[in-house]
Amino acid sequence: MINYAYVLTGVLIMALVTYVVRMLPLVVFRRKITNQFIQSFLAYVPYAVLSAMTFPAILSSTASGWSAAAGLVAAILLAYKDKGLLTVALGATAAVFVVEQGMTLAGLPL
Amino acid sequence: MSEQLTFRKGLKDGLPICLGYVSVSFAFGMMATQGGLPVWVALLISMTNLTSAGQVAGTTLLLSGGLYIEIAVTTFVINIRYMLMSLSLSQKVDAAMTNLQRWVLSFGVTDEIFAVAMQQKGEINARYFSGLILTPYCGWALGTFLGAAATGILPESLRSALGIAIYGMFIAIIIPPSRKSKPILRVVLLAGALSCLFTWTPGLNLLSSGWVIIICAVAASALAALRYPVAKEAQT
Repeated sequence: MINYAYVLTGVLIMALVTYVVRMLPLVVFRRKITNQFIQSFLAYVPYAVLSAMTFPAILSSTASGWSAAAGLVAAILLAYKDKGLLTVALGATAAVFVVEQGMTLAGLPL
Repeated sequence: MSEQLTFRKGLKDGLPICLGYVSVSFAFGMMATQGGLPVWVALLISMTNLTSAGQVAGTTLLLSGGLYIEIAVTTFVINIRYMLMSLSLSQKVDAAMTNLQRWVLSFGVTDEIFAVAMQQKGEINARYFSGLILTPYCGWALGTFLGAAATGILPESLRSALGIAIYGMFIAIIIPPSRKSKPILRVVLLAGALSCLFTWTPGLNLLSSGWVIIICAVAASALAALRYPVAKEAQT
């Protein structure tokens, strides 16, 4: 059973924090950030966040570590070739699917 | 041949973003309902948050029973980049934009909408900006709904395979810039390595995923900012 009070409060917190972060600078500040450290820090944050979210979580995102590893390799190869978001996502998905079907056919445990 | 920045042009410029958002939010919708949330909660999250990485991390914490403070701090740290974007936008919008319009339109600042808005020559007005937000917003909601609703009718083998989709998209975002910029590559490698360390080291792995993301991202970004400061005024 879902604890709706908990989930909806959590969603409200996410929404409020996300909104305030976007709203404050546009409404309040009218000058540019000139501090080079903060500028640089903010420029690197998105990549650091996405990387920390992806690794190692991606390895446990499917039914088997082997299929996830295959999906990871496929995603990196496709992204390295500058393919779009959708292509990379579907390529990784296809790699996982093929490996899992192959393992099932070969009688290997997932 | 400068086109008028009308509401209609905003809608049109938002269309490519909208198409991309349908696919990304489809993966989010699936992730949310696979984790046990009902379709309408997944839709509510997308329609009130409108941010990919932030709401994925927040929802992951919700599903694992994270503390409110963890959810708040994680969402804040992941979305802190919007501050820089909103700040740049505040220099870009025309003087006629009222405070009320700023309050409303700031809700729609995302990486992609920001990028398209900043590509326009000269100042942008509220009409254009609202059109530019509206199409992607609808795509974001539609994709979430479709993904969330599809989960129930997909076979288990396909659901397992699609579990990797959202991470595939994250990889598609971080790899191309890592190839072109050594500092970004180092940030990505360091943040990923730290995250693995925290997940696999006995003791350290008692920390929840929210704090791990915060610690890894702040440490990697701060180190990179010290060692590789970006040129002033360099905006992406």
